[in-house]
Amino acid sequence: MKQEDKKGTIQDINGPIVTIKLPGVQNGEQVRIGSLGLYGEVISLEGKEALAQIYESTEMVRPGEPAEGLGHPLSVELGPGLIGGIFDGVQRPLEAMFLKAGDQIPRGLSPLPLDREKLWHFSPTENLEPNMPIIGGARIGVVQETETVEHRIIVPPNIEGELIELAPEGDYNLEETIGQVRDRHGKVHHLKLYHRWPVRKPRPYQSRDNGVEPLITGQRILDTFFPLLKGSKCAVPGPFGAGKTVVQHQVARWANADIVIYVGCGERGNELVDVLDSFPKLKDPYTGRPLMDRTLLIANTSNMPVVAREASIYVGITIAEYYRDQGYDVVMLADSTSRWAEALREVSGRLGQMPVEEGYPAYLASRLAAFYERAGRVETMDCGKGSVTLIGAVSPPGGDFSEPVTSHTKEIIQTFWALSKELADARHYPAIDWVDSFSADVGTAAEWWHENIDRGWEKRRAQALGMLARDAELSRIVNLVGPEALSSAQRWVLEGAALIKEGVLQQSALDQVDTFSSPEKQFMLLNLILSVYDEGTALIELGVPVQELPEMPILARLRRCKELYDSSQIDQLKAFRDEALNDFKEIHSEYAQRGEQTA
Amino acid sequence: MSAKEYRTASAARGGLLTVANVPNIAFGDRVYIRDKQGNTRNGQVIRSSNEEVLVQVFEGTAELDLESTWVRFLDEPVEIALSPEILGRVFSGLGEPRDYRPPIVSNLRRSISAAAFNPAARTYPKEFIQTGISTIDGLNSLVRGQKLPIFSASGLPHNRLAAQIVRQAKLPDDDSRFSVVFAAMGVSYADARFFQEEFASSGVLGNVVMFVNMADDPPVERLTLPRMALTAAEYLAFDLDRHVLVVMTDMTHYAEALREVATAKGDVPARKGYPGYLYSDLAEIYERSGRIKDRHGSITLVPVLSMPSDDITHPIPDLTGYITEGQIVLSRELHNQGIYPPVHISPSLSRLMKDGIGKDFTREDHPHVSNQLYALYARALETRNLASIIGADELSARDRRYLEFADAFERRFVQQGEDEDRSIEETLNLAWDLLSSFPPQALIRVNETEIAKYHRQSE
Repeated sequence: MKQEDKKGTIQDINGPIVTIKLPGVQNGEQVRIGSLGLYGEVISLEGKEALAQIYESTEMVRPGEPAEGLGHPLSVELGPGLIGGIFDGVQRPLEAMFLKAGDQIPRGLSPLPLDREKLWHFSPTENLEPNMPIIGGARIGVVQETETVEHRIIVPPNIEGELIELAPEGDYNLEETIGQVRDRHGKVHHLKLYHRWPVRKPRPYQSRDNGVEPLITGQRILDTFFPLLKGSKCAVPGPFGAGKTVVQHQVARWANADIVIYVGCGERGNELVDVLDSFPKLKDPYTGRPLMDRTLLIANTSNMPVVAREASIYVGITIAEYYRDQGYDVVMLADSTSRWAEALREVSGRLGQMPVEEGYPAYLASRLAAFYERAGRVETMDCGKGSVTLIGAVSPPGGDFSEPVTSHTKEIIQTFWALSKELADARHYPAIDWVDSFSADVGTAAEWWHENIDRGWEKRRAQALGMLARDAELSRIVNLVGPEALSSAQRWVLEGAALIKEGVLQQSALDQVDTFSSPEKQFMLLNLILSVYDEGTALIELGVPVQELPEMPILARLRRCKELYDSSQIDQLKAFRDEALNDFKEIHSEYAQRGEQTA
Repeated sequence: MSAKEYRTASAARGGLLTVANVPNIAFGDRVYIRDKQGNTRNGQVIRSSNEEVLVQVFEGTAELDLESTWVRFLDEPVEIALSPEILGRVFSGLGEPRDYRPPIVSNLRRSISAAAFNPAARTYPKEFIQTGISTIDGLNSLVRGQKLPIFSASGLPHNRLAAQIVRQAKLPDDDSRFSVVFAAMGVSYADARFFQEEFASSGVLGNVVMFVNMADDPPVERLTLPRMALTAAEYLAFDLDRHVLVVMTDMTHYAEALREVATAKGDVPARKGYPGYLYSDLAEIYERSGRIKDRHGSITLVPVLSMPSDDITHPIPDLTGYITEGQIVLSRELHNQGIYPPVHISPSLSRLMKDGIGKDFTREDHPHVSNQLYALYARALETRNLASIIGADELSARDRRYLEFADAFERRFVQQGEDEDRSIEETLNLAWDLLSSFPPQALIRVNETEIAKYHRQSE
């Protein structure tokens, strides 16, 4: 279809949904409408008319104004210059727009996502020769994108054939040809440092792989109790004020991923500013470089047009897949998928589609599933390994986890980090509920922990969870009849559970030391507290009154270990452990002697 | 372009008027409707095609007939005229004077539906505002550019609290230009009067712009009112470099008006009959607060909303909480015990507090003290529950200390006079008075240096 055929006119404007008469336009095609040239996307065709959803406000747009089809679906630009940037829901560069247009986002402006002028130093892959066959996804060279990220330039997945030419090492801008490939029809494709890819089409790979190692986030309750594998998918549901955003920010900060993509989907503008302000100052604990060197932000704040919100998570996941195809472990955080679902609902409502649950369209579950399935660990086209780990925040209305978005999401994901209002109200942060949360990957994670940290990991983890469950049970009894009804051993369980909660589970995102715990430190702390608990149990069996134990000064220090010793001070933690156990041994021998004397 | 006038009204339903055969009318266009008697009503285009145009009539379509109704399309969006003269004035939800004074004459007119702020243009709010209220300053600090709503319910003193905030709010060491924009939607005459007298008696009236829609005014005007108010606030903040505090009451009436119009339009309802876009719509309002790079002014937003049947999970408080940077929740229980301000500590929260307090802003112990009070109070409330079941006499000495703490905390820290303006120092010292009833080893949220410095037993 020739371009000039794709001209038409606006028929009807109903908020973000506009009817246009545009013969030959395809479903899913990008359009520009009105005298301002607002961007949108065709979502259905009826006879000669097309319905389009518009990414920008349609105020003062009139029937009769022009509309044109752009001949391609919503796509993103993939190439060097992405990392460290902040883009809106349809990949417009927000920094560039701020410099160009000021405080507010004007309509109809569409600067290119990637800088065309900047020169990148390209080094071609060795032993690639002209006339060699080459496949889509093959690596033809590298560009150092940031200090930490080596951007691997790959042949677009939909191009394959014979390599005719490859540029020598040197500085190139994005529009310069760095290679040519002749496909089997004889057509010559000019390769550049970037290519475009439609966001609603998952990028291809050779095969799917199982996850093998956990994503380390430095957060004790996540890594130790509810591990998430690289390439897995996870949901973080919670009512407002429970700390979803802080959990997401913490993961973005401390996860041992190569690339972090943070999609602020229908969330607060100031939270993104917080990331923009703080990340360049924070150091990646693995490379020592500023965190922004591996981070990319997609921002559709809650006051930005709703249709672009729907697009934003697809833009994010497509970029994530692109870095996966380069062989990287990518983490994508989507905050929040509920806002995305609401955008779906709004569009479907405007189209008059039959709502099923709480106004959501019938295809909610399948869209959610298809989106989460784009996460995974794969063998890439050029036989490398890469992964996309997907962590979606869910904002259930009223904190009710039975609502449609949470319940459908729960069916798809592997790991569930449930946030609790009660814990947050008591300022127990992160307010992740150990009863409602789960991880289906504990078995695989255990292999990694056993091999790399300690063979006692799975046992200790189970012991701690068991104590927390007993604690919940016993607390119910206490709330009915008071603590006096419990036996000494039972009251010691309550103390032990309190130690686990305060010394392991609670972790301050604001404390310089506590904000990140290495796996070694995580296990040390857990093991330390459980050892103390075990010693105490032995004392109680010996007849030591349970009231005496919680008053031991060593316990107050035990609760502070998490913030007193950082991840490099494992030896000090070991020394503390010896000291604590020694205190217990002393009481032990004291009582044992007394026992002998009375006997 | 000259305004177009038509007599082709084809349907009138609730607040909606359909006009047939009017070509090329812009979506969002402002409309005048003249009825048989010659009275003018206001409206806005909410759907437009060449065959028919749907107009939302702010005053409703009662007593309109289809034959003799004239509809004039002004070919401009809903706008507000802006000049420094707006200070001290009172306007309706459509920007018309309500104080029997002439309308604002100015070349500067702005559409009330502003484009979204570019996140890259924002500055992170960090400047602590002292309200003189311990529960806010100490535990849920407000910072310049924040949006912090008050979740209240009928019969609770949210108006008095809002008025106290307006009266006392200041930056500890700063006396820069300060204005108030007051937006009242569906309020009673008594409430409107209360605020007017408050502003007059505290001498700020000349720095206040009021937008008022009474309970018996057309509800549809409540939809334009907050946008009018925020456009005025943006002008004051970012054109005139003022620090603007916007108080909006009552957002519940706003959302109800939105539901009324949505239902008339036939929008698919989501929860409790509210349209699916309630979240985005509220966000368009709340997100207009903040700070902008290289601008001296700021917009701090304190919306007041009443929770229907005291239910915090109702869609209006629920969606608000997901957008705003925290919330101050009022409690009927505390109110009934005669405690003012009856701030319900547990569910209250300020998200921007962490970066606006502490060493360089308030005092180094502030973050930890706040955390420690929260943790102790949560534990104390559990103990109080237990005491109500097994009796206070059955409690251990340790538990009884918590019980006493809960009472002292509510009576001394939460409770304060309506004219009592506590400095942040006073608030924190008061907190240490209360914390000092516990031995140092029971306080694990504050650090050892702070205990040594402030704990009464270590003196």
